[in-house]
Amino acid sequence: MFMINWAASHRHAGTTGMRAFCDRFTALVPALMLSLGLLAAAMTAATAGPYEDALLHFTTDSFTDTTDGINGVAASGNPLAAAVIGALQEGRLSFSAEAKRVFFRDKSDQLIDAATGAPVTGSPPADLATVRLNNRLRGLVQAAMGSLTLMAPDPAKRLEAAQAVFKSKDPNALPTLDQAIPKESDARVRQAMIEARAAVMLYLDSTPEADKIDAIAVISRRADQDALALLGGLPASASPAVKKAASDAIASIQNSLAIWNAVQNLWYGLSLGSVLLLAAIGLAITFGVMGVINMAHGEMVMLGAYTTFVVQEVIRARNPALFNYSLAIAIPLAFLVAGFVGILIERGIIRFLYGRPLETLLATWGLSLILQQAVRTAFGPTNKDVSNPSWMSGSFDLGQITITYNRMWIIVFTLLIFVGLLALLRYTRLGLEMRAVTQNRAMAASMGIKTSRIDALTFGLGSGIAGLAGVALSQIDNVSPNLGQGYIIDSFLVVVFGGVGNLWGTLVGAFTLGIANKFLEPFAGAVLGKIAILVLIILFIQKRPRGLFALKGRAVEA
Amino acid sequence: MHTPTGAVAQRPFARRLLAATAGLAFGLAAAAPALAQDTIKVGILHSLSGTMAISETTLKDVMLMLIEEQNKKGGVLGKKLEAVVVDPASNWPLFAEKARELITKDKVAAVFGCWTSVSRKSVLPVFKELNNILFYPVQYEGEESERNVFYTGAAPNQQAIPAVDYLMSKDGGDTKRWVLAGTDYVYPRTTNKILEAYLKQKGVADADIMINYTPFGHSDWQTIVSDIKKFGSAGKKTAVVSTINGDANVPFYKELGNQGVKATDIPSVAFSVGEEELAGIDTKPLLGHMAAWNYFMSDPAPINKEFIKTWQTFIKNPKRVTNDPMEAHVIGFAMWVKAVEKVKSTDPDKVIDALPGIEAPNLSGGISKMLPNHHITKPVFVGEVRADGQFDVVWKTPGLVPGDAWSKFLPESKDLIGDWVTQKCGNYNTVTKKCGGA
Repeated sequence: MFMINWAASHRHAGTTGMRAFCDRFTALVPALMLSLGLLAAAMTAATAGPYEDALLHFTTDSFTDTTDGINGVAASGNPLAAAVIGALQEGRLSFSAEAKRVFFRDKSDQLIDAATGAPVTGSPPADLATVRLNNRLRGLVQAAMGSLTLMAPDPAKRLEAAQAVFKSKDPNALPTLDQAIPKESDARVRQAMIEARAAVMLYLDSTPEADKIDAIAVISRRADQDALALLGGLPASASPAVKKAASDAIASIQNSLAIWNAVQNLWYGLSLGSVLLLAAIGLAITFGVMGVINMAHGEMVMLGAYTTFVVQEVIRARNPALFNYSLAIAIPLAFLVAGFVGILIERGIIRFLYGRPLETLLATWGLSLILQQAVRTAFGPTNKDVSNPSWMSGSFDLGQITITYNRMWIIVFTLLIFVGLLALLRYTRLGLEMRAVTQNRAMAASMGIKTSRIDALTFGLGSGIAGLAGVALSQIDNVSPNLGQGYIIDSFLVVVFGGVGNLWGTLVGAFTLGIANKFLEPFAGAVLGKIAILVLIILFIQKRPRGLFALKGRAVEA
Repeated sequence: MHTPTGAVAQRPFARRLLAATAGLAFGLAAAAPALAQDTIKVGILHSLSGTMAISETTLKDVMLMLIEEQNKKGGVLGKKLEAVVVDPASNWPLFAEKARELITKDKVAAVFGCWTSVSRKSVLPVFKELNNILFYPVQYEGEESERNVFYTGAAPNQQAIPAVDYLMSKDGGDTKRWVLAGTDYVYPRTTNKILEAYLKQKGVADADIMINYTPFGHSDWQTIVSDIKKFGSAGKKTAVVSTINGDANVPFYKELGNQGVKATDIPSVAFSVGEEELAGIDTKPLLGHMAAWNYFMSDPAPINKEFIKTWQTFIKNPKRVTNDPMEAHVIGFAMWVKAVEKVKSTDPDKVIDALPGIEAPNLSGGISKMLPNHHITKPVFVGEVRADGQFDVVWKTPGLVPGDAWSKFLPESKDLIGDWVTQKCGNYNTVTKKCGGA
């Protein structure tokens, strides 16, 4: 091993003598079991070839030189090229400017000499620094990886490679593509490769016109935004027939995308609606059912989010393996924390203020400021990093729309809470007593229900659900002391619009507002869209002061 | 409200209720060991509660540190400095009230403060009327040069224009299509107006510019991010120039990451996102998205390493980050100290006249200079987000860029300059040779 390293570091002095020495060395110690690839790499290392020259470009820490390095390594055909470019892509390629050597770390974090492929023994050079990239280079690296990994054994890698070539339109990949397509067994990868080949052909000046038009047909079947980008970016030098085929294809893609656009708006609306519902559902209990104007409702949401933060911090410090379960652990805790604070508020302040809405409003407003500042003092004013567990990051494509996992799970979570709450109110004793107290307090009391206990529990339940909302919102919004403020107005809007005292009203109200907002936004912009919604609600309330689903009968007067 | 050592902390309603706990946070303010009669008072006007506390609290802390460090060196003119901290609570009219209190009641020699442009505009009349000095440390929209204000943050030509130049260059991706996304208030609106004029002057067509505004604290970015994706699929290289303000950035970046908008496809460059903001996000999906600033914490200059060490020791947290507005206060404070020592007085009139021409080291190893228009010279950096929440500088201006008070790219201000040395005028028209705008 030492010999090979030694040979590499002196590769410029490479002599036939050294090669002979190397030969003898490996012949003498076959137990070393050097792989054939490694041996070949070691052999070429002894004489400075194009690959070694290209590697040297990485040692100057200049973006221009790194460009030459990437191109050189990718074109060298050296078996280590894919490993080096892959390491560069993932920030694992490093260099020593003094020793003019390049290294990379493999998956097991072992430092490898990039020139020879041999592991480095002993201490690495002191001035080891990572080879830096900028966006342009990252694009270049992606393209190079595309060409280099088209024949990789892993189908996921091949798919990635084909997609990279589709974007880079690198003509150098054409021979490999032609080789790879007939051999490809995975239908999805094969399709991606055919599309990549079409993209390359379309942008290659030497392609005959008929082939270009065929390529356009292949690409237009993708019918997505990447296809649009590819067809829209055709150079002005293209022939009229090609241009016409491209613009026809663009028109038909745009037609089909217009329908998907409506589906996408609907999905975004559902997603926004679920967030609104989540924030409002606790308020539907405290305000809707109990009639307490609770301005500190947003702060209960914030407490839930901070609970999630604390849970994640503890997990990070104690047991990182549990990280994917952090939300599952945070959910009951957030419910308990926010619910407990809610009960304290009800017992400490609100029970003295029943029937005095104005004073309740002011007291809870003051309380919300206190809670905000308390959190600011305890945790500091800056945003806290609440990470998405892996199952909540990223997105998948459904047809032509992108669905992000975090939004999808939030919709599911919201609906679960809603159903759970309905069941609680309908089927449990606590729910029965809650309904009894809110519908007719005096009668409920004379039936032996402890109304003050039920008041506290109801308020605690509403606050606890706000805490649950905080867990979900921590996944999409800032976790800062101001988190709750952003939702309090929207929550009241939803509850009032849906009809005070009716959970179904809150559900319909939230989704109506969400969807209306998302259909308005593309035309009116986010600012005007919000204003328009507000105006519409004001007009609606003029017509129906009790909201969408007004309670009827004696309960209204209670 | 005077603590025994003389440091003052005026608290709003909510603070007062929490006096016991809040008192702990102010222990630092009370640390300046000095007697009231032989100190020079320095006002610190940053929100410690409310929405802006997230950004401004750090600036209060850095000022306390700078004052403490100066006192260790023997203070100024043989006197100790004394910090007077007030909390304007992110409430714009309260900024004016607190500024008045600092100047008339506490008789401060200078004030370091404000973050948002609206807070600066609200204290302006007070500083003019009572003739005191304000050091304003945040990048802003320009179009202003006042006798009593010294702008140590970036003007648009020290941040926005160089960033766009970089994106247009080959290394920056040869961008042809532009999304200008911002929060709906004065800084993004003016900056985008300047950028739009600049881009059109560079030959960018109307159809290749998309301008989008969102409300403060906007949290549902699904539609806008998918619009950006759509706008970017027209076959030309597209970039996002973001003037999105503080809180709205986290959900914006989360949405970018989740919808898979990669910096290699559609890079974004932000003017209000620094190390502090990134501390609240998982930066792995954001690799390669950019920010333009005059200072990055990752700068290798020895003076910066020293500063970071002092700061982390002072704040007792080895992980606390530094950012651009903090550097602006470092430069502004050093300039004020030098000016006071030069004229041997803290009299505002003398200090205001002495400040232009004063030089102080910035934290990236250069020397910044106060200009006659009360802006300073600064280097401009473009940094790419790294996986550890820091920035990797990928581009910088060859030298220091002097700040323009008035933009050359807007028709209404292209002939104006600020010159408080020869013309004694903040809006001198170089064509009509008159003071007072157009």
